[in-house]
Amino acid sequence: MACRNCKNNNQCPCQNHENDSYCGCNGNNAQNSCTQREMLHKIMSLNFAINDLALYLDTHPDDQNAIRMHCEYSEKQIELTAEYQKLYGPLTINFMSDTWDWIDQPWPWERGAY
Amino acid sequence: MLTNMYYYVKSLQYPINIRNRNPKLAKVIISQYGGPDGELAASLRYLSQRFGMPDKKSKAILNDIGTEELAHLEMVGTLVHQLTDGASPEEMEAAGLAPYYTDHGWGVYPQAAAGFPFNAVTLAVKGDPIADLTEDLAAEQKARATYEKLIDLCKDDRDVVDVLKYLREREVVHFQRFGEALNGVQEKLYQRNLYLTGGNNNNCGCNN
Repeated sequence: MACRNCKNNNQCPCQNHENDSYCGCNGNNAQNSCTQREMLHKIMSLNFAINDLALYLDTHPDDQNAIRMHCEYSEKQIELTAEYQKLYGPLTINFMSDTWDWIDQPWPWERGAY
Repeated sequence: MLTNMYYYVKSLQYPINIRNRNPKLAKVIISQYGGPDGELAASLRYLSQRFGMPDKKSKAILNDIGTEELAHLEMVGTLVHQLTDGASPEEMEAAGLAPYYTDHGWGVYPQAAAGFPFNAVTLAVKGDPIADLTEDLAAEQKARATYEKLIDLCKDDRDVVDVLKYLREREVVHFQRFGEALNGVQEKLYQRNLYLTGGNNNNCGCNN
């Protein structure tokens, strides 16, 4: 399904909206797309799962199933974080950009931030 | 790829958006910021104890749980900030925070609910793996118990309780992982027929 804004055929990278018309063009097609909040919450969920699996693997380093899950979530996390930062600004200070956007987005402790 | 540790990730571990300002709740929740069983004590305790650990699993678990506690410290600070942000001096006073307001204004200062400032005595770093990991098991239970008391006191604010329940649950997981690490240390010592004391961390080349 093409993006309603730019007509590209890519889909929402968060995989929560596989049938929605969203390509990450940051246009006004928010109704059926992944909002910034949803996308960040998906990244936070992945970060949580990765961290929790890491703690488990620290004391169960031979659990192949947990290692597979860790790889699966980490791969998604890297992909989605890259996509999010392109759209909404940096999550870490090594994000490369022509402008210093690090100071523009609200900080996580601020009310109304994500 | 970031090459220097630590680095900051611009998101909380779990989202926090407190809709209603309530300095009274901040007054008690701040104990998990700088109190004896709070997140500052937990993070510094584990990140300091890790240097004295004898095996791979215990080094890793102290490093990684200590790091997660830093994220929890940020979450508790966020709760205190959002519960007091925008409160007038009169509101702070009505909540019993006049002394706090005098010294710290709207800043978040590491102190216990009773008002005494953070004390490094609560870190309890013995340099003895059995003593330290046993301490950590107790620390996780004390933090869990504190969160349960806070949930009782904050029960009318769903936004706050949601976050406190999340933090409580993490204490339970950490307790489990520390127990596994302690078992691992004890097993290793049993196999070698060694008594564990604080001075057994010399490198012997066995990589354990």
